[in-house]
Amino acid sequence: MGKKLTVALLVVLLVIVTAGAGPAWAQKAPIKIGFLAPMTGGAAQIGKDMTNGLTMWLEENGNQIAGRKVEVIVEDTQGQPQIALTKLRKLVESDKVHVLAGGLFAHVGYALAPKVDEYRIPMLYPVMAADDLTQRKPAKWVVRNGWTSSQPNHPFGEYVVKTLGYKKVVAIAIDYAFGWEQVGGFQKTFEEAGGQIVQKLWPPLGTTDFAPYLSQVRKDADAVFALMVAQSALRFPKQYEDSGLKAKLPLLGGGTTFDEFVLPSLGDEAIGGVSALIYSAALDTPANKRFVAEYRKKYNKVPSYYSEVCYTTGRWINEAAKAVGGEVEDRDRFLAALRKVEIPDAPRGPVKLDAHGNPIQNIYVRKVEKKGGELWNTVIHTYSNVSQFWKYPPEEFLKQPVYDRNFPPCKHC
Amino acid sequence: MADRRAALRGLAGAGGLLLLVIVPPYLSSFMLTLLTQALIYGILAMSLDIILGYTGLASLGHAAYLGLGAYSVGILTMRYGAGFWTALVVGVLLAGAVAAIFGLVALRATGVYFLMITLALGMVVWGLAHRWVSMTQGDNGISGVPRPDLGIGVSFAQGVPFYYLALAAFLLAFLALRLLVRSPFGKSLVGIRESESRMRTLGYHVWLHKYIGFVVAGAVGGFAGVLWAYYNGFVSPADLELATSVEALLMVALGGRGTLLGAPLGAAIIVLLKNLVSVYTHRWLLILGAVYIGTIVYAPEGILGAVRQWMKGDKAWARS
Repeated sequence: MGKKLTVALLVVLLVIVTAGAGPAWAQKAPIKIGFLAPMTGGAAQIGKDMTNGLTMWLEENGNQIAGRKVEVIVEDTQGQPQIALTKLRKLVESDKVHVLAGGLFAHVGYALAPKVDEYRIPMLYPVMAADDLTQRKPAKWVVRNGWTSSQPNHPFGEYVVKTLGYKKVVAIAIDYAFGWEQVGGFQKTFEEAGGQIVQKLWPPLGTTDFAPYLSQVRKDADAVFALMVAQSALRFPKQYEDSGLKAKLPLLGGGTTFDEFVLPSLGDEAIGGVSALIYSAALDTPANKRFVAEYRKKYNKVPSYYSEVCYTTGRWINEAAKAVGGEVEDRDRFLAALRKVEIPDAPRGPVKLDAHGNPIQNIYVRKVEKKGGELWNTVIHTYSNVSQFWKYPPEEFLKQPVYDRNFPPCKHC
Repeated sequence: MADRRAALRGLAGAGGLLLLVIVPPYLSSFMLTLLTQALIYGILAMSLDIILGYTGLASLGHAAYLGLGAYSVGILTMRYGAGFWTALVVGVLLAGAVAAIFGLVALRATGVYFLMITLALGMVVWGLAHRWVSMTQGDNGISGVPRPDLGIGVSFAQGVPFYYLALAAFLLAFLALRLLVRSPFGKSLVGIRESESRMRTLGYHVWLHKYIGFVVAGAVGGFAGVLWAYYNGFVSPADLELATSVEALLMVALGGRGTLLGAPLGAAIIVLLKNLVSVYTHRWLLILGAVYIGTIVYAPEGILGAVRQWMKGDKAWARS
């Protein structure tokens, strides 16, 4: 009797233990995402927009990707390449993340790519737009779901000549890869359509006093093309107005010059600025309207392009993880799946990768306008499904060197 | 008494070295990379200690030598396919040569003027790295520098062998600099720090002593830069920024000026704090700031300086 009781008890115990432990065994360990962003320093506000975007997508989806719990580890790069490298090591070697994402500044992108290839951990670049990473120096493990620096400016260069009718333009751009490639892309199509870049000025990264550059601007031009990032974007429009140039020369820009991350901090001096980018918070689509409304509710500010691309990055990882049945540990298959992702209805519009691994997506020409007391990037023209190569055949485009300070050469300076 | 202290110090040194040799293979690979980084920064900080701690000249341009060593590696390996030994020799000589030129300018001044001149000279090198795009690739930096091949049949691609390479380099630099500061020449540097006019009266060529110290510090800084480039696989103007020079100064100040070993101790503390505290909070700069302020208020001579004073106090107590 005692023996039977013991056996019965044991069985009951066993059942309880297995029942309790069963789901725990079936449930896999969380998917770890390592996220790099500048959380301190001059670009901290951008880092915040980036992490907000990713966090928002994850929270909307119950912090789950392909049915597995998600753990995001955010590391601060301070916008510096060497620090980003150290943090990358930490995320891979110490945290053992399954997938990496984030990063800001083209030179950080170039610094990280060889290391990412060495570790063989897929990394999404939603922001870092250095052209050559999907052109002449492709990195196998880098999945760029953002854009190339020159991508929006290929159509924009044509637009400026044909629609706005400006023939002579002065370029002021931050002096690093992103600036060179933005100006290069603009110059190529602008001059092919009959325009002339008559002057190029290069303030270094982090510049906040533009007086020495603005005083050099040639007054016989039709407009000024300015490419600003991070803290420079905050200061430039006001100084442009104060220098008296705004009244004479309309201000054009790369998308980040008038991005929504600075617009709320700018005043009326920004009104009228025309720029091209892959996103505008004023975009009138159901997907974007919902995104903007939810984002404002959550963070009490308008999402910037940085928020959008990182929000879509969450979805991007999810789509790929679902395609491999949540088996993100199978890195080769996961990488292949990441490259196959197509998102037809992201807030910024349809996105899919071309054969070289850069998104084909819409380019929006936007104009800063004041509506309801706030500044918005009203979309005044849309170019649908633009590739990084614009209208050029890729093989031919890749024969030219990557855009830099002196390419294309300034023939009309 | 002095014997006991010497024995104690020897014991501490041997214990520390043993730990540095034995423990690392068992550490996580991230801790290992941080230790490697601390050793390389330790070499830089030690070289700065020669001019800051021993000669009493605070330089704000020491990152320039790190950068010269690092760019030598980046440019020689990536453009000309040079090997480790070539890059090493060129890096150290170039940093030394530039220090020899800068020394001619900077050593005309002392105190805050020396600080300003070295700052300006450091920015010249930074500007060169930033603007000479055809050679340095500007802000993009030079990426993809492979780990070194010493031609001794050992691969340094992995973390552990590279750590031992850094450790060997560190010990080499430490022993060389120790020899220097313990030599009559090193003593004369301390003499200059304490009273330049008295040394001059005693017949020392003060300027020449300072100049040689300055050049040696630059060359060893270049040595650190060579390792730094191989460690990161990447060189950019950010390595030469003022922030790097200031950080090197803080490392020496935190560890203890004029103690040689204090500098790498400070380097290790700052590298570890920066990277480990930032895991827990994005407000890590506050904590780093608090550590600096705490050091200045409670241990103005740095950590090793405080230990030394405590030992002296200990001696006084034992005598009474």
